[in-house]
Amino acid sequence: MAETAQRKTDIGPPHYGQFLPPVIKANYGTWKYHEIPRPGVLVHVGESGDRLYTVRAGSPRLLSVQTIREICDLADRYCGGYLRFTSRHNIEFLLTDPANIDPLIADLAAAGFPVGGIGNALSNIVHTQGWIHCHSAATDASGIVKALMDELIGHFTSTDLPGKLRIALACCVNMCGAVHCSDIAILGIHRRPPKVNHERLPKVCEVPTVIASCPTAAINPVRKDGKETVEVAEDLCMYCGNCYTVCPAMPLNDPLNDGVSIWVGGKVSNARTEPTFSKLAIPFLPNNPPRWPEVVEAVTKLVDVWAAHAKPYERMGEWIERIGWPRFFRLTGIPFTKQHIDDYRHAETTFRRSVHIKG
Amino acid sequence: MFEPGARLRGAGGSVMPDDTSPTPKLDELEKGPWPSFVKELKRAAGANAMAEQLLGVLELSYEDRVGHWKHGGVVGVRGYGAGVIGRYSDVPEQFPEVAQFHTMRVNHPAGWFYTTDALRTICDIWEKHGSGLTNLHGATGDIILLGTKTESLEPAFADLTANGFDLGGSGSVVRTPSCCVGPARCEWACFDTLAFTYDITQHFQDELHRPSLPYKFKIKASGCANDCVAAIPRADLSVIGTWRGPIGIDQAQVRAYAEGGMDVGADVCDRCPSTCMAWDGETLAIDNSTCAKCMHCINAMPKALRPGPERGACILIGGKAPIVSGAMLSSVLVPFMKFEPPFTELKDLIGRILEVWGDAGKNRERVGEFIQRVGLGNFLEAIGVEPLPEMVRHPRENPYVFYEEYFEEEPK
Repeated sequence: MAETAQRKTDIGPPHYGQFLPPVIKANYGTWKYHEIPRPGVLVHVGESGDRLYTVRAGSPRLLSVQTIREICDLADRYCGGYLRFTSRHNIEFLLTDPANIDPLIADLAAAGFPVGGIGNALSNIVHTQGWIHCHSAATDASGIVKALMDELIGHFTSTDLPGKLRIALACCVNMCGAVHCSDIAILGIHRRPPKVNHERLPKVCEVPTVIASCPTAAINPVRKDGKETVEVAEDLCMYCGNCYTVCPAMPLNDPLNDGVSIWVGGKVSNARTEPTFSKLAIPFLPNNPPRWPEVVEAVTKLVDVWAAHAKPYERMGEWIERIGWPRFFRLTGIPFTKQHIDDYRHAETTFRRSVHIKG
Repeated sequence: MFEPGARLRGAGGSVMPDDTSPTPKLDELEKGPWPSFVKELKRAAGANAMAEQLLGVLELSYEDRVGHWKHGGVVGVRGYGAGVIGRYSDVPEQFPEVAQFHTMRVNHPAGWFYTTDALRTICDIWEKHGSGLTNLHGATGDIILLGTKTESLEPAFADLTANGFDLGGSGSVVRTPSCCVGPARCEWACFDTLAFTYDITQHFQDELHRPSLPYKFKIKASGCANDCVAAIPRADLSVIGTWRGPIGIDQAQVRAYAEGGMDVGADVCDRCPSTCMAWDGETLAIDNSTCAKCMHCINAMPKALRPGPERGACILIGGKAPIVSGAMLSSVLVPFMKFEPPFTELKDLIGRILEVWGDAGKNRERVGEFIQRVGLGNFLEAIGVEPLPEMVRHPRENPYVFYEEYFEEEPK
């Protein structure tokens, strides 16, 4: 049929070359240096002497087509119809005429988009879908991010921090995105084992697959009413939800026990120190929509204490490494509990095996 | 309770007063200075019944503090097994418009560059076939088109491909590769991240669209060790730009930074992890033989310092988030590779990795976990890569060494 013959597949993404503005095409691979003339603005200077100005605006990541068209209107007006997005959900307007920077920023402000996130600042919070679209979410993502950025926006629109601050949120331990290597990671957690639906499980799941999905071998086969199903050894379950992902008859969402944990001191970049995982700071905070005041307060406190004590360039983890974890817990007032001590694989490598104990 | 069909916004002057709003909790998130996703939901809801009922589902979640989505079901476009995330509501009677609410992942252009024409085209397609809501972008990098019905998938796909866009990856496939801004706008890019990402994406179209692997396989490329796309924490195959040879120094510009107030001794030299720098107030000296190429000094003084002359990439393997058996960072597989189109050496290497892991990996076992299970040494042997000291922090400490070969007395 004609329809079948014309059907296109496997064409891949469009070539990026058609989306690069002329100044980038002319200076591709020959940029010489850059500067940050003001918060939220970059200037890149080419070997040719050409200058490219970037204005970075924060976005909620969740965008309607109506708003995208408004963003396009601004890029048409000021950037010759070119723009890009960053790996942290920011919108970048690419300008060649510095006289357009102020009017663009004014129009962005009128449309509700703050400019910032460059240099020693808080960039946008990388986050996941949460209750908007995910089956395994232990918390919402967009709501916490909105409430927190309302509080911390001053660190986005200025460069008043000692170093870069990267906050990320994942609504469960699947962790879409690099949440586990952030200065501050906000992680949705479940705290109860899955509830097996023995009626449904034999109809929709393969028992061997469900058993194999468990990293702690907590799932065992069992016969109920003559049908093959599974049971969970609850003391072995660490609530990872992997079984639920392979078998929808094992839900573990729980309004009373689901909530949020806070992790600190991770980083992605190799600059100075190696890429590092974030470590547990606060084991559990409740889900308290719509504005999660406990989470906002806890994260704001962490930012404030770090900003007050860190030296220039010190990221959260580098600061903690210098002062030591005991002092981190004292300065932040966070209680140290048995949940803070690792008891999973290689736990012993995280125990202190010296008497190098800082004040 | 939210009533399907209630007007939340739009023409006709029927916007509800606050005290009778169907979404009192979400309305709280329209307040405050940061751009509001609730405003976005309401904008889309003014023109689209699915977006309108999504608001209702989310308000319900804010009431009862659990999500209301079910995963699963085989749903997609003809001939593909990836690119569509099937999603169903667990309260379909209450919200029939979002009983099916599937997401389409659309492979973004490398570096996330767009013309407004291209973005408007995407908007038009999603206004016609979906909820009118998007994410720019998803965690892997794709354009996320949020929410549509099964019957709309094929028409939306036809319109996307007619306009030069294709679906990205999902499930047990090579996922949509992504990269930093690279040489398009960064003086630190040690290779062409955009050219590589476009090339490798086209090379693996079949593996990207049709699940044939034990689990997902993510490829991410950053042009320098700052790693702006977080390749080491989250990609199974991480490509990081690096260099050989001395860091380029413009001593006059170093002095200009010092005169401008920078404490070159404390903030640059003392922060060098290799302690390979010295500043006497006039001249910056670097012992390049012990430089770890971490980027700190170059980050601090972009006008004065630049990566060395011989540029290429370090290839690392095995990064992942916790599921299933714990989070891992990628570790070194090839310390330095000359890295230019058509990137044949790395394509061949990835091909061998996919073959070995594809054959012997267990269901939902990422390549990093597979390497843990079989041993990095055995894995290297299987993919034909020589062991190198650059791959480890230090040689093994434990004496339980496996040998496949041993000596026997010759029979007399």
